[in-house]
Amino acid sequence: MLKNNINFASGFKKANIASTILFILSLLLIIFKGLNYGIDFKGGTLIELRTEKNVTASSIRTSLSSMNLGDISVKNFGKDGDYLIKVEEKNTNDLIPQIKQTLTSNISAEVNFRRVENVGPKVSSELLESSVIAISLALAAMLFYIWIRFEWQFSIGSIIALFHDVVLTLGIFSFLSLEINLSIIAAVLTIVGYSMNDTVVIYDRIRENLFKYSKMSIGEIANLSINETLSRTIITSITTLLALISIFALGGEILRGFSFAMILGVLVGTYSSIFVASPILKFLKVSYKTLEKEEEKIVP
Amino acid sequence: MLNFSKINILFIYLIFFSISIFVLLNFQNKDNLIIDKKVNLGLDLQGGSYLLLEINSDSLVQEKIQSKVIPIKKLLKDNNLKYSDFKINDKTLSLKVDNLDKFETLFFSTENNSVNIYIDNYRSFELEYNKIDNNYIEIIFSKFGLLTINNSALKQSIEIVRRRIDDVGTKEPTILQRGEKRILVELPGLKDPDRIKKLLGKTAKLNFRLVADNSEFGIEELLSENGEKLNVSKRIVMSGENLIDAQPSIQNQQNEPIVSFTLDRLGSQKFGRATTDNVGKRLAIVLDGKIISAPNINEPITTGNGMISGNFSFQEATDLSLLLRSGALPTPLNIVEERSVGPDLGEDSIKSGITSLIVGFILVILFMFYKYKIFGLIANTALIANLLMLVGILTILEATLTLPGIAGIILTVGMAVDANVLIFERIKEELKTEKSTIHAFDSGYSKAKITVLDANITTLIAATILFAFGSGPVKGFAITLGIGIVTTLFTAYFLARHLTSLIVLRNNNKEIKI
Repeated sequence: MLKNNINFASGFKKANIASTILFILSLLLIIFKGLNYGIDFKGGTLIELRTEKNVTASSIRTSLSSMNLGDISVKNFGKDGDYLIKVEEKNTNDLIPQIKQTLTSNISAEVNFRRVENVGPKVSSELLESSVIAISLALAAMLFYIWIRFEWQFSIGSIIALFHDVVLTLGIFSFLSLEINLSIIAAVLTIVGYSMNDTVVIYDRIRENLFKYSKMSIGEIANLSINETLSRTIITSITTLLALISIFALGGEILRGFSFAMILGVLVGTYSSIFVASPILKFLKVSYKTLEKEEEKIVP
Repeated sequence: MLNFSKINILFIYLIFFSISIFVLLNFQNKDNLIIDKKVNLGLDLQGGSYLLLEINSDSLVQEKIQSKVIPIKKLLKDNNLKYSDFKINDKTLSLKVDNLDKFETLFFSTENNSVNIYIDNYRSFELEYNKIDNNYIEIIFSKFGLLTINNSALKQSIEIVRRRIDDVGTKEPTILQRGEKRILVELPGLKDPDRIKKLLGKTAKLNFRLVADNSEFGIEELLSENGEKLNVSKRIVMSGENLIDAQPSIQNQQNEPIVSFTLDRLGSQKFGRATTDNVGKRLAIVLDGKIISAPNINEPITTGNGMISGNFSFQEATDLSLLLRSGALPTPLNIVEERSVGPDLGEDSIKSGITSLIVGFILVILFMFYKYKIFGLIANTALIANLLMLVGILTILEATLTLPGIAGIILTVGMAVDANVLIFERIKEELKTEKSTIHAFDSGYSKAKITVLDANITTLIAATILFAFGSGPVKGFAITLGIGIVTTLFTAYFLARHLTSLIVLRNNNKEIKI
């Protein structure tokens, strides 16, 4: 087996600078470029349709433009002849049959509406609100869990790592103008769980080693612990990525965004547990003594 | 950690088999089942519609406040209270009362109060008033008064929505109250959501009113279906409440679809009297404020049977009679959210979901075998057992499997091996320092235990929050992810550990490599 003795600690500084820059960039992107909200959060109508192969996106667009529906987006979705139409209009009661009628008469081809989603303005703002609450609550719950299981320094370290992961993932989504919908929120929450999982494994080892080698500096201990758990970190990332890549490639269009967010999250999450969560312990001057005070609290 | 008593082993395998056996139920025919349990497919997999309806009680509040006008005036008159400037506003009544103190005692009296009802379970009156200035007041519904109106309207709406949906004959619909104002409707397998939406979007308030140019009740101009404008009396001769049945049929002479209806006794009397008194006049049949048709009354109709014609197609006549049978909604319903999936997309989703599951599974299994050889086989056995138990529990709970739910299973496959990886890597480290193989395995398992628990609990927290806040498909993801964690812990710490112990104890003296 490969013997891990990589000097991560020497890279901490560079990584921290890089992380800070990426974090700020992501925040700026999210604030100024904004997130590309899907109809779940913006309200509107989405139609996935299947028609004959020779029908083009532009012919669908022109045939709908007569309806004055506001901003229309028509995109190819998977196979030839499969399209995804998004309309800002939210009135639901007769909109969809009207669109169907207009399309069928204008493009003179069979049109099959495979999926229709319509979210009203009230519901979409509620969904956005509950998603923000869910992510905040998840972060708070993690913070609390780590705080009872470890010391406060650890919970600060892990929460900063989590923030880093969530902000970077959303930043990349903003940069690439990828759509944020309910399933992306589910992915973000899973990333929170996964990244935490990674961080906890390293933290557990750091705590153990703090006891074992009371004379070592926290930097050395972090480095040692990262090395000791490195092969596990890599193997688990690989198996998870294998599963995710399989969903991304074969799971169909609907799961593509979700699995892409998860793949990003796994990569960012793995990076952050090594290069964000661990250096923070050094920064907060965690040592054998910090643990000693609360020794009774710790389960070996 | 490697010693298992016989009872322990028995329990581990008993639990495993008794849960996994449920997987088989999903492959059986429905008819020959003793226990009828199955994993349900979500709407995104089997096709169907999800609708969120919201009642709009504004018009109802208006109606209700107007109905208070006469009782309030009567109360004031009976008690010799002088008032002026009585005005009916949108949802309020405003007036000047000379003696406000006396009005207050009457208005909030708990005995025989015919104006302002005391609602026992909320300990609050239905109405309250605000002082605008001095003795000028504004009467409004109290918070609980509004709540009561809303509640009863919602309950009634749910009942009528259910009747309409049952009448169309969709399979296993779900109709639930959501919050204070909303109704959730799930219609699996529905092929034509537009028809249901049309049916639910109609209030279906039917009434019969005379066409007249003047009436002591006042008149209003209504539009008829063919664009004609008619003056109609505001007096309602008879309303849809008196209908006990309505059926579509074909009128023989013109071969035209019509709706024939039957009235209850009170309705027959009312209808009989009105048609006797008004022979030769036109009777407008008004549905939701629009005239369907306004036929001449040729002769008194006293049998309690009648018919409505109005240039219907047969489908329209069928739908109208369905609406009339199910009764009118107390308020209009708005569709605030809709998600419909066609059956062919559902099938495609199942196919691609299953394919990616199998491929992901094989990739993970190959990788684990490559990495850990014989112990990889143990981890893989645990993985398969894990999947069986996961599907078994989903079956027992009759959980709903959605497309993100399948993704949750695949993710579980990727992450489930983590527990075994953690343990194996730990054992590897222990083997370096520990001379005895058994001791190394033993301490590997016990030292990794806390880490494995900590690591999985964090994911479980995320899954729980997803379950609490997610809707529909996302909830399905949370369920599989959450159950996956529990089964992962079981299979890694009991099944895989037992299998490992078999190998380690059998090769006691030899050196074992991971």
